[in-house]
Amino acid sequence: MLRRANFKPSRNKLENIGSATAGSGISEQPQIPDRLCVKCPGCGKMVFTKDVKQNERVCPECGYHFKMPARERILSVCDENTFTEWDPFLISRDFLQFPGYAVKLKSSRLNSRENEAVISGYGKVEGSPCALFAMDSRFMMGSMGSVVGEKITRVFEHATEHRLPVVGFTLSGGARMQEGTVSLMQMAKTSGAVKRHSDAGLLYITVLTNPTTGGVTASFAMEGDILLAEPKALIGFAGPRVIEQTIRQKLPKGFQSAEFLLEKGFLDGIVVRQEMRKVLSQLLKLHEKGAD
Amino acid sequence: MEAYKKLQLARKSGRPTGLDFIQHITTDFFEMHGDRRFGDDPAIVAGIGRLCGRPVTVIAQEKGHTMKERGFRNFGSANPEGYRKALRQMKLAEKFGRPVLCFVDTAGAYCGMGAEERGQGEAIAENLCEMMTLQVPIISVFIGEGGSGGALGLAVANEVWMLENAVYSVISPEGCASILWKDSSKVREASDSLHMRPEDLFQLGIIERILPESDQEALWQTLPIQLDQKFTELLKMSGQELSEARYQRFRKIGVYGE
Repeated sequence: MLRRANFKPSRNKLENIGSATAGSGISEQPQIPDRLCVKCPGCGKMVFTKDVKQNERVCPECGYHFKMPARERILSVCDENTFTEWDPFLISRDFLQFPGYAVKLKSSRLNSRENEAVISGYGKVEGSPCALFAMDSRFMMGSMGSVVGEKITRVFEHATEHRLPVVGFTLSGGARMQEGTVSLMQMAKTSGAVKRHSDAGLLYITVLTNPTTGGVTASFAMEGDILLAEPKALIGFAGPRVIEQTIRQKLPKGFQSAEFLLEKGFLDGIVVRQEMRKVLSQLLKLHEKGAD
Repeated sequence: MEAYKKLQLARKSGRPTGLDFIQHITTDFFEMHGDRRFGDDPAIVAGIGRLCGRPVTVIAQEKGHTMKERGFRNFGSANPEGYRKALRQMKLAEKFGRPVLCFVDTAGAYCGMGAEERGQGEAIAENLCEMMTLQVPIISVFIGEGGSGGALGLAVANEVWMLENAVYSVISPEGCASILWKDSSKVREASDSLHMRPEDLFQLGIIERILPESDQEALWQTLPIQLDQKFTELLKMSGQELSEARYQRFRKIGVYGE
């Protein structure tokens, strides 16, 4: 099914391609490359790629958390063979004929081998049923356009209908500017679905991962009942570069880090990746009926 | 008119600001200050007044006219306490059954250190959630610039109207050009690509009404009447119906294949 608003797109003259997101100016950073060794951005040491991957993509030397693909993330917290994906076939359209967007979508699909920047579905975490979503940096830096907005909204609508808690791993550079104001509207749409889920008395746990910024921070990422983050994750509304341009000075080290947000009272806790499954399971079970 | 020209008109100094709209279309306006948490944000003016005799809550982003005013108003870019002040007023409106009228005019929510420390993202996110289920009618009127999340934080409404020379965009065209093409001089192309003009947004189903503004006097005369008629219509709905209508209004926005 193709849903399309009734309008005529204007012709654009530019063909250039750039990175994906509005506002934050966060650019795509390298994943762990398919090489034997990788230089850890945390400690600067060369570490074996194999060792990092086996350690849930955490540096064995310093504990730096590398980015984790969305699907791997979900499977890392779900019990084996319990994850069922929802809406895997929703795909983005270049409905504004925005310069470079069609090419960018194609290369993102190839790069990530995913259809969009968010994966969602049903799964069990140490026996506790829940709806889950996770965002993927390899797909236009996890930016939110119509498909991300729609999939997140459906997660909360399904979860409300089936009385399930939601666990969401956020990662995003913000709203996807290639979909214009339509992508901005996804912030309101997702927030509405989160609110309804919340009003139904259901639990929503957000895990903010590196980086979560822009329109995603200013919508469903910050709307959890419980807000967790991974160590050193960059979390903010405006990206560091935009702030530095606005105030014309350098930001102090650690500004907008998870540790900074915890100190300012905007997070409930920081959880290392190796503990994530255990902590999520504990929190889910504390909210299950009959948990007493 | 091309998008870039519209953007320049939307930003033009001398254009009526939020306070001008409040003064021209309401009577008995009483301004109320502060978010009861941190402080009072002059970038957002909020209070109660009468619209065609009916008490309404009015919330407006204010850019100011003179350089001094503009500095004081932070050029209409609100900090988290501004969004929290707005929400406090909306909750009061809900308590007393008053409709809410918002005037949007901002380049965006402020991108400063203090704004981040006090949770700019959290403040806007909370407004989106709470506005969605507010049990009274909300109309937002874009009178100049509608910059991204900073505008949306006052625009989760039953209807969104725009002046004909206002814009509403996911990112400033300068920001877009600088991120996409590493060249902030390509503002003209970016403005075009972002589909930020009222006529584009009307076709995309993002706004309901475009207000002609060439005759300023006529606008001051007709706007309160149009708003009053819409509020009368919306007030026939229950709180639950208003919230449901607002949810469905946003629920259907999005273009994708399946």
